[in-house]
Amino acid sequence: MIETGTEEYSADNGTQLTPEGAIANLQSSDLSLRYYAAWWLGKNRVSQPEAVDALIAALEDEADRTELGGYPLRRNAARALGKLGNCKAVPGLITCLECSDFYVREAAAESLALLGDKSAVPKLIQLLDGGVAQAVQVPGRPHLTQPYEAVLEALGAIGATEAISLIRPFLEHPLPRVQCAAARSLYQLTQDPVYGEFLVKMLADGDLKLRRVVLGDLGAIGYLGAADAIAQAQVENSFKLIALKGLLENQLPDELDNPSISPEAIRVMNLMDSLL
Amino acid sequence: MNELIRAVNQADTPNQMVTAVKNLAAAKDPAAIPTFIAVFGYNNPAAAAVAVAALTEFGDLAVPELLNQIDDYNYGARAYSIRTLAAIADPRALDVLISTAATDFAPSVRRAAAKGLGHLNWHKLDVSQRQLAINRALEALLFISQDADWSIRYAAVVGLQALAKVPEVQQTIVAKFSDMLHSDREKAVRARVRLAYTQ
Repeated sequence: MIETGTEEYSADNGTQLTPEGAIANLQSSDLSLRYYAAWWLGKNRVSQPEAVDALIAALEDEADRTELGGYPLRRNAARALGKLGNCKAVPGLITCLECSDFYVREAAAESLALLGDKSAVPKLIQLLDGGVAQAVQVPGRPHLTQPYEAVLEALGAIGATEAISLIRPFLEHPLPRVQCAAARSLYQLTQDPVYGEFLVKMLADGDLKLRRVVLGDLGAIGYLGAADAIAQAQVENSFKLIALKGLLENQLPDELDNPSISPEAIRVMNLMDSLL
Repeated sequence: MNELIRAVNQADTPNQMVTAVKNLAAAKDPAAIPTFIAVFGYNNPAAAAVAVAALTEFGDLAVPELLNQIDDYNYGARAYSIRTLAAIADPRALDVLISTAATDFAPSVRRAAAKGLGHLNWHKLDVSQRQLAINRALEALLFISQDADWSIRYAAVVGLQALAKVPEVQQTIVAKFSDMLHSDREKAVRARVRLAYTQ
């Protein structure tokens, strides 16, 4: 059913903000305004230095707490900083990997993946301490001890080849989604098609939700060998198009240098045309 | 015939449904057209695919019913109707394809309509209507080629490429493509424009 983007807020929710207003609202006495402003700055990619600095400061917020001790504002600030593309945020996000709130750690790992800064690697690797044996469900919570999927994906995105031997055991994790994150990461670190094929197999075997996740993985790594499997997958066309777009973009290195299109790129586009 | 239609309406499992729709398709009887269209609403992709193929084979004969029976409340069913109309390519679908491409809330339906707008059988219209119809399709495609959603712009390029076979609008489309090649922010869309140029 996910045809449109799954936004957390509808576009007309809340007051009409400006970048300056949102930055100011991060200091508002109304905690819900702070929370909304952090999301808004990321969503609208307000990348001016004042926004980045204010969001970095919000990573240490103590005012906004949930009943379980979570830090909602920190979560949103961490997510927004990943979208703004400023590596000034990296040290603060690395600190967030030690936060007591699982969702802050998850958001920080996801944003560090987007920023791609190598200095995050040691702390990300630390979150894999104990290996698969420690990667178990937290009693009474809907998540594992650490945000393993985000951590594995971040290590792959950043190019942390030193983590390969630590990542590989997660192919055997009981949760298919964690296995997929490991395969995605290992493909990025090794370019070995065996990991691409691992995901292709998951696409055939998994349930609908997993198939959507796998399509996202295949699009992110641009694994060309999956093109036909993607086009034929039992998933909504919108997901397949996004995955094939990832493959296509991976086939289009620098178009300014070379305006011609490879036969592989044409093959992917023909598949995309057939899904319209 | 009634027996075959009843089998579709009474199918209890997805597999029974697919078999019943296949049997109905084999009969090739236009009396089955409304039943095939109803299958679009049953959330059974395999059965719907058989129904799309059967209706496409009926061609123009199925168009009035397809236009009348578009499901405004089920975008899955609507996408199948639009895809079938696009495949049959009867220009009587023009108005529906234009409004769908421009204003439907479901991107999958809009993409199918955009692709279809480029492929209609214009020669079936008489000369006085033809140019007007082509221009309306062109106008709709140019409009959605600026959509915020990259996949809609991609579909618009596919539609425009097909429409460029009409000599009278070719220049306008080439100019639009050159514009998109410089200004579109998505690599994938620019690549599709390049492909349109080479074909």
